[in-house]
Amino acid sequence: MNLSNLFKPRKNSGKDIAAQRLRLVLAHDRANISPGMLALLKDEIIAVISKHLEIDPTKVEVNFTEDDRETRLVADIPLYTARRRQS
Amino acid sequence: MAGKIITISSGKGGVGKTTTTANIGLGLAMLGVRVICIDADIGLRNLDVMLGLENRIVYDIVNYIEGRCRFRQALVRDKRFPELFMLPAAQTRAKDAISVEQMISVANEAAQMVDYVLIDSPAGIEHGFRCASAPAEMVLVVTNPEIASVRDADRVIGLLEAEGGPPTRLIINRIKPELVARKEMLAPEDVVDMLSVDLIGLIPEDPEILAAGNRGQPVVLNNGSPAGQAFADIARRLQGEDVPFAPLKAPSLFKRLFGSR
Repeated sequence: MNLSNLFKPRKNSGKDIAAQRLRLVLAHDRANISPGMLALLKDEIIAVISKHLEIDPTKVEVNFTEDDRETRLVADIPLYTARRRQS
Repeated sequence: MAGKIITISSGKGGVGKTTTTANIGLGLAMLGVRVICIDADIGLRNLDVMLGLENRIVYDIVNYIEGRCRFRQALVRDKRFPELFMLPAAQTRAKDAISVEQMISVANEAAQMVDYVLIDSPAGIEHGFRCASAPAEMVLVVTNPEIASVRDADRVIGLLEAEGGPPTRLIINRIKPELVARKEMLAPEDVVDMLSVDLIGLIPEDPEILAAGNRGQPVVLNNGSPAGQAFADIARRLQGEDVPFAPLKAPSLFKRLFGSR
């Protein structure tokens, strides 16, 4: 056991975990949407976009962002471009 | 001019609403202003014991609403500060014994008499909370630096905002500076940032609060107590004074090893 660890705050400290979980829970509460519903929404977004564009479903991220008391739904959908397809 | 009506609320129970109401009420009285503290927790009254006034209750808020006594008769005058009064909740009645309109009218009547009316809201976000917050010109939301109470505080703030309710101010209670320093507890900045409300008080965890509750002598009467000082600071901020937030001090090693006394 490294002695210096005793005096250093741990990186994934209780506070960081709490803050991270709390941010997520507040975002869901404020938007009135459960995590399961968000996953469903993500699947539907993928289905709709896939009809028109070629995308990598595994790279799609749908999340909330917080700004003061404003919540936003942000979808990050990487496209398969012609160049990436060739490589 | 009518006094200012301020409601103390939290959503979650057990975060220190009643302690906060008692201490701010007494803190304001110590500054020489007239205060009525209303216990709106019908059926589960506790403001009386926190203030040490439980033995002097004759009538309660429901008695007054039902016309069994005059307003002044229902008030209990504080023995330490004669400008401080408490309007007790009814202990043996259901939560819905008072309507929103009745609470508004009682609070307004109280405001005619004094400079501040503090309303101690029950926990929850139902009828009791709606009654307590309806007359308010400002709501002080009490939370602790942990997930459950911050989440509930966010609901309370959101509900008030959605209804175009009064402005809210945040009080973070039970802060343990040594845990914050070790990053084991949410820091006040984190909580303020997540809730996006203006801060009006930071109360450190203090064993004196338990002792104060035991005796019915709120901690604000104790000059040497960090929590007492923090409550006194809130009273001064309500009075419009620009009081800087005292830095959170972790107790010294000596104090931690040998206790505070």
